[in-house]
Amino acid sequence: MKTLWNKYRYLFFRRTTQVGLLFLYFGANAWGWTALMGNLSSSSLFGIIPLSDPYAALQMLAAGAVLAVDLVVGALIITVFYFVVGGRAFCSWVCPVNLITDAAAFLRRKIKVDDFAKKQPATRNLRYWVLGLSLIISFAMGVTAFEFVSPISMLHRGIIFGMGFGWAAVLIIFNFDLLVLKNGWCGHICPLGGFYSLVGKYSLVRVHHTQENCTLCMKCKVVCPEQQVLYMIGKETMPVLSGECTNCARCIEVCDDDALNFSIRDLIKNNKSGE
Amino acid sequence: MTAREESDRRKFILRMARGAGIAALGGFVWSAYVDEVTASQLLLRPPGAIKEEDFLKTCVKCGLCVEACPYDTLLLAKPGDHKPLGTPYFIPRDIPCYMCPDIPCVPVCPTGALDEASVTTDGKLDINIAEMGLAVIDRETCIAFWGIQCDACYRACPILGQAISVEYHKNERTGKHAYLTPVVHADACTGCGLCEKACVTEKPAIFILPKEVAMGKAGNYYIKGWDKKDEKRLENAQEIKSTTEISKESAVDSLNSDKGLY
Repeated sequence: MKTLWNKYRYLFFRRTTQVGLLFLYFGANAWGWTALMGNLSSSSLFGIIPLSDPYAALQMLAAGAVLAVDLVVGALIITVFYFVVGGRAFCSWVCPVNLITDAAAFLRRKIKVDDFAKKQPATRNLRYWVLGLSLIISFAMGVTAFEFVSPISMLHRGIIFGMGFGWAAVLIIFNFDLLVLKNGWCGHICPLGGFYSLVGKYSLVRVHHTQENCTLCMKCKVVCPEQQVLYMIGKETMPVLSGECTNCARCIEVCDDDALNFSIRDLIKNNKSGE
Repeated sequence: MTAREESDRRKFILRMARGAGIAALGGFVWSAYVDEVTASQLLLRPPGAIKEEDFLKTCVKCGLCVEACPYDTLLLAKPGDHKPLGTPYFIPRDIPCYMCPDIPCVPVCPTGALDEASVTTDGKLDINIAEMGLAVIDRETCIAFWGIQCDACYRACPILGQAISVEYHKNERTGKHAYLTPVVHADACTGCGLCEKACVTEKPAIFILPKEVAMGKAGNYYIKGWDKKDEKRLENAQEIKSTTEISKESAVDSLNSDKGLY
């Protein structure tokens, strides 16, 4: 039992956070709870603290909207939070689409899709292009371009306010990730993930690799949704520095050799200089 | 230059061109889609909503107004609703706006897409000045215009007597009855839709349209000379002289000219 817990403890916490947040949001609309109202685009915490999607705010700015104080404060709070805990912690700990794409990735491993689809036909830098494009379109059309097509909002709003045809977007992403492109949506296209990759570039919470413990089993690389960030596995003792790491901690759990752990970035520096 | 260098450069240029091509393709499809989904005109927004064009860029689609609404009037557009995705609207025939005096949906808006100032008089929230839409009556299907007595919309109106009043005319067909017909007054009507909800006909004969859709615009050329307030528009007026084919000559010359006759 203990090993099972060790294998899935972070996954358990992540799913609890994701579903718990969804439940709070859902309860706000369905039963009038006031703990967390709104949705991931903008929320109100305990009816006082504003929280807003900084990427949505950026698009509004590009579209030429006048930004209200509440929105700016909310976006700043969120930006600072993810700047500290790792930008893409949003992706793996909060975003509901993660449930879909993780399921697709799991099934993809189980039915061994990669055995016959070895080549990955797209670059992971695509997301930064989509990010740039979304701002250009926002500017040119005077509307928040991504917010009108975002499957994240569709799913999240759908769960809280009613799904409509939103399930189609979910199905598309699931199939895309399962059959077309490995980690296709979250790892290649999603501009919100791209945005948070940039936000989390200098974040403090990091996964740290200890090369001496590594037995090169590569289980971490198999489960990692952003394999490229684990380039140092078995080669060098260092933290995972890429902002594209989602801090999902699956690599830490699957490692049988204690070669991966969470750490705080600055402490590592001190340790190193102390040595 | 070696052949390899050249082929590297070729590859680089080719890759750049391909990237630009994909970006342009994606950009155009994306823009076209966004343009299409934001084109919906017949949409009733919550009270205090700013101009539709600004609303689309300012609303963050958080649904806080929807959650604040005690009557479940407000909805967020779902995929398949054929409305700008995620933005709030309401369908008065289903659930109208009950015009809460404290307007809970407006102050919660984090972006100012619902503008508190536009529903405030003398520092106090005032739902009666909201402009969500305008009630329009179809005289053909409104049974009051047939001569059947019905004042459901008049009775339902929260600004009774001001937004909707009833006019009396003689019913010439019978010679002894009166028509009691409803009239909407655009300056008082908030577009709450209680009349549309109350209307007894199968499909409502009185219904709410967005003000820009329901109303015309007289423009700057016409001024009510008998109205002191309207006359003020002339204060800063400047003469604009435009020249057309006819006005090049004086009026008399133009009328007497035989040009174009033969």
